[in-house]
Amino acid sequence: MAANLPVYVYMDHSASTPTDARVVEAMLPYFTQVYGNASSAHEFGRKAEDAVETARETVARILNCQPKEIVFTSCGSESDNLALRGAAWAARRGGQGNRLVTTPIEHSAVTKTVEQLAALMAFEPVVLPVDREGLVDVEDFANACGEGAAVASVIYANNEVGTIEPISRFAALAREQGVWLHTDAVQAAGQITLDVQELGVDMMSLSAHKFYGPKGAGVLYVRDGIELIPSQSGGSHENGRRAGTHATPLIVGLAKALEIAYDELDAHVAQYRTRRDHLVEGILSRVPGALLSGHRERRLPSHASFVFDGVDSSRLVMHLDAKGVAASGGSACKTGNPEPSATLLAMGYSRREAIGGLRLTVGRQTTEADVDYTINAVVEAVEKVRKLSGELTV
Amino acid sequence: MRNNSDKRVVVAMSGGVDSSVAAALLLEQGYHVIGMMMRLWSEETFGGGIHNRCCTPDQMADARRIAAKLGIPFYVLDTKAVFRNTVVEFFINQHRAGLTPNPCLECNRQIRFHFLLENALSLDADFLATGHYARVDRGGDGRYVLKKAVDAQKDQSYVLSVLGQEQLAHALFPVGDFTKPQVREIAARAGLPTASKKDSQDLCFVGDNNYRRFLADHAPDVMKPGPIVRKNGEIIGQHAGLPNYTIGQRKGLGVNSHEPLYVIAMNPFRNALVVGTADELGQKVLTAGRVNWVSGETPRQPFRAEVKIRYKAMPAPAWVEPLPDARMRVSFDEPLRDITPGQAAVVYDGEVVLGGGVIERPAD
Repeated sequence: MAANLPVYVYMDHSASTPTDARVVEAMLPYFTQVYGNASSAHEFGRKAEDAVETARETVARILNCQPKEIVFTSCGSESDNLALRGAAWAARRGGQGNRLVTTPIEHSAVTKTVEQLAALMAFEPVVLPVDREGLVDVEDFANACGEGAAVASVIYANNEVGTIEPISRFAALAREQGVWLHTDAVQAAGQITLDVQELGVDMMSLSAHKFYGPKGAGVLYVRDGIELIPSQSGGSHENGRRAGTHATPLIVGLAKALEIAYDELDAHVAQYRTRRDHLVEGILSRVPGALLSGHRERRLPSHASFVFDGVDSSRLVMHLDAKGVAASGGSACKTGNPEPSATLLAMGYSRREAIGGLRLTVGRQTTEADVDYTINAVVEAVEKVRKLSGELTV
Repeated sequence: MRNNSDKRVVVAMSGGVDSSVAAALLLEQGYHVIGMMMRLWSEETFGGGIHNRCCTPDQMADARRIAAKLGIPFYVLDTKAVFRNTVVEFFINQHRAGLTPNPCLECNRQIRFHFLLENALSLDADFLATGHYARVDRGGDGRYVLKKAVDAQKDQSYVLSVLGQEQLAHALFPVGDFTKPQVREIAARAGLPTASKKDSQDLCFVGDNNYRRFLADHAPDVMKPGPIVRKNGEIIGQHAGLPNYTIGQRKGLGVNSHEPLYVIAMNPFRNALVVGTADELGQKVLTAGRVNWVSGETPRQPFRAEVKIRYKAMPAPAWVEPLPDARMRVSFDEPLRDITPGQAAVVYDGEVVLGGGVIERPAD
């Protein structure tokens, strides 16, 4: 945190959001008053269990599913791991297919899990291509889901470029072929529908801190009838699908945050859209050579992402930070080892372009003045980085 | 306390004690401080193991923790390609030319006080600070003066002799006013976790600090065996590759002779190691190229000074004669046994660094 700076504008809501004050308030009693273990058979336990189950009902209402289809986890990554590993192992046990169908624009929690399953257990990964906007082709998906597919996973909305995939169409195709479809909806939550009947998915991952809930709480929706093999074994929590004492306060917070996000969805989304459109318009019109990455319309309302040729995003993020704007690069860059973004490469951008990704994501607190400040900061920062000498490692 | 609250300074952090204390001192002096670490190129693996010593995840984590403790922003700057293409290439090419380079000077010239300084200024910083032991003053005429550190044992002004007015105007060396024990004490007092860390080594990009092994791996042509010759051309043995030897070396030559023989020169054109007797070894005169005069002005007359021919050498009294084309001739009062082409000759007037250049191969 740059303590000396007079202004600091947070434009990284896709990385995390502040916890809503109403959520914090809802969580507090579960730290000091209702502190029992939700699995205990006494009054303290029953009260905690009631809180967990009420939270489960709330989440189920918003996802339009049954409470028993909700598994509480610690985060989105855990949910992705459980879905992929649990389904792959179950398929292996049942002798039902060996192929893992996925895309090159998944969150690393999906990508790395698939890689590990391939390396250690001889599953066969199939990575579908995406187009320049980051969309997966429906026909490619249908072809890959034929005979021998164990499970498919397609991200609902991509974290780097914000593109929203036509998940319900994939789900219909997967169902026709009898293949389970998982979707990582971590970025989508709080912005677009999570109705699993409408979407038709079999599994779906969520993470509370992306929708103004606490860090350390996630959800995996698992359609009734799917028997996952747990990757975290132990007690019979969560119907034997995920062992570990319930994090009651965090689960309460997750449910409260999700409830608020969908009660107030229209208002928030309208505001995100206004701010985001202003941001995109300002940057595209004022930064020479700036490109909007991802799909122009089919994208998350809060999400703006750009590619600036000849600019490495780690230096751009550094310059923006020094100007008091919290932004995110397309690639991991904290170690000074910039790698081009795998997502942008898969979308057909050159290596030179793929290290120049910048993501700016607005949130509930973002004001018009914040957006104006950010536009000016980006204009100046890109200009400065472009003036610097020294070739890039990529 | 000085009021520097409107001044922004970027500190080059390594995770080590000197740069950490530099950052802490600048904060005490009221500056707005930003920590920056360069991710340099270094061998990541050799001999089947991972031996990367420079900019390791541990060092990066240390630097990041120190920055957090001090409450300053911290960034890692990708410097791999530019470092590989300047300093490492330079190191290999100099050896290829039969010279013995000092890559730290080249790094200060091209990386720290060019690439990094440019990045710092681009962040609207007024200064770039490093953990070097040296001092910058401003003379009566407004010019910047580079001086030795207070701690004579730690003094690093030799490797900073490549700096000119433009760089010194933006350079701060906060630990140069302190001795190393004092610096460790400051670190301990500030609760910096590096208080007892060892000093870092030279040749940060060489995995095991064995530059001969490095050259054998990365530039095998440089390590070709060749003849050992006397000055008159008589071949008296075989050497294992010129970079294996240093000027003045006596042991390990593997030649039989009734009198002790020393390495007196290297001839890259014939890939020959030239040896001779103690009498043939000493030299009173050297010439240097790529000379930098810190003041920005080439002295008009020959003058008396003390000249250091290696980082760890004692300054030796000499006449220094500036020559055209950024060269100089240095005539020592007494002959020196280990004048090594490729090393820097740095000219001092007492505490003050007047300038320096790269020692040239003597004309045959």
